[in-house]
Amino acid sequence: MRLRGVYTLFYKEVLRFVKVLLQTLAAPIVTALLYLLVFGQALEGRVDVFPGVSYTAFLVPGLVMMSIIQNSFANSSSSLIQSKVTGNLVFILLAPLSHFEFFLAFVGAAVARGLIVGLGVYLVALPFTTVPIAHPAALLLFAAVGAAVPAVLGVIAGVWAVKFDQLAGFQNFVILPLSFLSGVFYSLRSLPDFWRAVSHLNPFFYAIDGFRYGFVGAGDVSPWLSLAVVTGFLLLLSGITLYLLKIGYRLRD
Amino acid sequence: MDSIARSAWRVDRAARDARLVVHSAKAGMTNITRVSHPQVNFHTRPSREARPTNTITKVSHAISITRLHKRYPTVHALKGVDLAVERGEFFGLLGPNGAGKSTLINIVAGLTRFNEGSVRVLDCDVLKDYRRARRYLGVVPQEVVFDPFFTVREVLRIQSGYFGLGRNDAWIDELIQALRLTDKADANMRELSGGMKRRVMIAQALVHKPEVVVLDEPTAGVDVEQRKSLWEFIWRLHAQGHTIVLTTHYLEEAEALCQRIAIIDRGELIALDTTERLLARGIGRTLRLALTTERPLEVAPPALRSKLRRLEGNRIELQLEKDSDSIIAVLDALRSEGAVVTDIEIKEADLEDVFVELTRRQ
Repeated sequence: MRLRGVYTLFYKEVLRFVKVLLQTLAAPIVTALLYLLVFGQALEGRVDVFPGVSYTAFLVPGLVMMSIIQNSFANSSSSLIQSKVTGNLVFILLAPLSHFEFFLAFVGAAVARGLIVGLGVYLVALPFTTVPIAHPAALLLFAAVGAAVPAVLGVIAGVWAVKFDQLAGFQNFVILPLSFLSGVFYSLRSLPDFWRAVSHLNPFFYAIDGFRYGFVGAGDVSPWLSLAVVTGFLLLLSGITLYLLKIGYRLRD
Repeated sequence: MDSIARSAWRVDRAARDARLVVHSAKAGMTNITRVSHPQVNFHTRPSREARPTNTITKVSHAISITRLHKRYPTVHALKGVDLAVERGEFFGLLGPNGAGKSTLINIVAGLTRFNEGSVRVLDCDVLKDYRRARRYLGVVPQEVVFDPFFTVREVLRIQSGYFGLGRNDAWIDELIQALRLTDKADANMRELSGGMKRRVMIAQALVHKPEVVVLDEPTAGVDVEQRKSLWEFIWRLHAQGHTIVLTTHYLEEAEALCQRIAIIDRGELIALDTTERLLARGIGRTLRLALTTERPLEVAPPALRSKLRRLEGNRIELQLEKDSDSIIAVLDALRSEGAVVTDIEIKEADLEDVFVELTRRQ
């Protein structure tokens, strides 16, 4: 592996979102803060979550992970589609970078943006509530793996889409519903059996549940199950993405 | 590069400089004046990571293409193309729109997959040994494309990093200066004119000091002054030992600059020869005559009518075969029919005539 090349592509992708940080970092943090204020004020004391855990303390990890998921996906997908539509992706394709290096750099930068936004959401939530950190290692692990899954999905979407409209469809009809309906605002225990079963098919549910376990020390399912599902999903998506990149699907015609 | 090769380039360059002026004048262009560029040393030793690790001194072909086929769902874009570009050559790739030129270049650059055949850059397979092949190659794409997030200097540093070059600022500064981008070095790419963006693209292609430079219609849409400046710069690259592969729609420029030319049409190579030999290919010359009669066709002998290319009032244009037709014989034939010639214009075949003739036959 050529580290200089991977680092440069990673650096370029990070620099890209830093240059428009109001849009890429500040805006999602403010959005998450609004969710916290509205839902926290409206539902605090009215919704039962885990024993001994306030609703706001329950909500914050969910909001942090939802922000990580959405921004991680947005970074890799939007960067790729913009580069494809404007044509400047050619400068990366002309470089002596392997498909694996391409993958690492794009996923790495998307994870970085997701984690920065997640950290920002956590920090702005602190004045409004006290969120314990029960298992810091689990928290960090789920944050990283949970950010990587949508980052890889973003690469798939960015490679597949040939116009912005298609990418918007992917974002609005796949990523947004999956991230909203994954237990961010509620515990799966409060759902009817059918919807609980459906929620178990959502990989983002496991990312959020495992991440929340790192904060409050409790979850709807075992953290090991969550880790296995999220890691398995990440490996599956990574395999698909690497194959697409290797054959140059919609990149090298 | 050994001293003999350097000398050959110098001699060749001098001859070509002369041709450039002659052909430009012939094509009705302003003679290309020598534009003084800051001296650029393209042979600065590259860093260890960027330097090719194989021994390529004995490789004679800069680009070698063998039985190349590219099929799209509805079109067979390249039909078994065989082509070799020699090292140090200024090579032209011509063809009508949709002929397959850009497909061919994109395959060499690794941007497009192919179905059959093999493509090598300095003996490195573009698929199996793509890292080295891409290091040897600098490509200026046809479309003006740019990344709107970055400044010129950032773009060049990033491109440099893709090729494994960490500390490349001295070379980047040289490129910025040589391509007259100094004033815009820290400006965002969006602020640049089209010609400037095109120059940044050339700098991007050269940032890793490739031996082979491929330019896909680099002067399309560029004004005359900037075009001259770009050609001057590209000519300097060639003089310093780079292999240049060029596609262009400006045939007079290809004629003036290229040592060898390949013409591709409908996915097939229909001509590949030195520029001189292509020009000498039996296309002949054009003879334009003004006659006193308003009906020149009636006085023209039957043998001449088959050579008629254009008829306008009392003027006729005849296409003469290079060796078999004599202008004197034509004039004698007309005179014997009572026609009086009042004006004569002779036009030797240029590359455009050759191009039109070859693609017409195809």
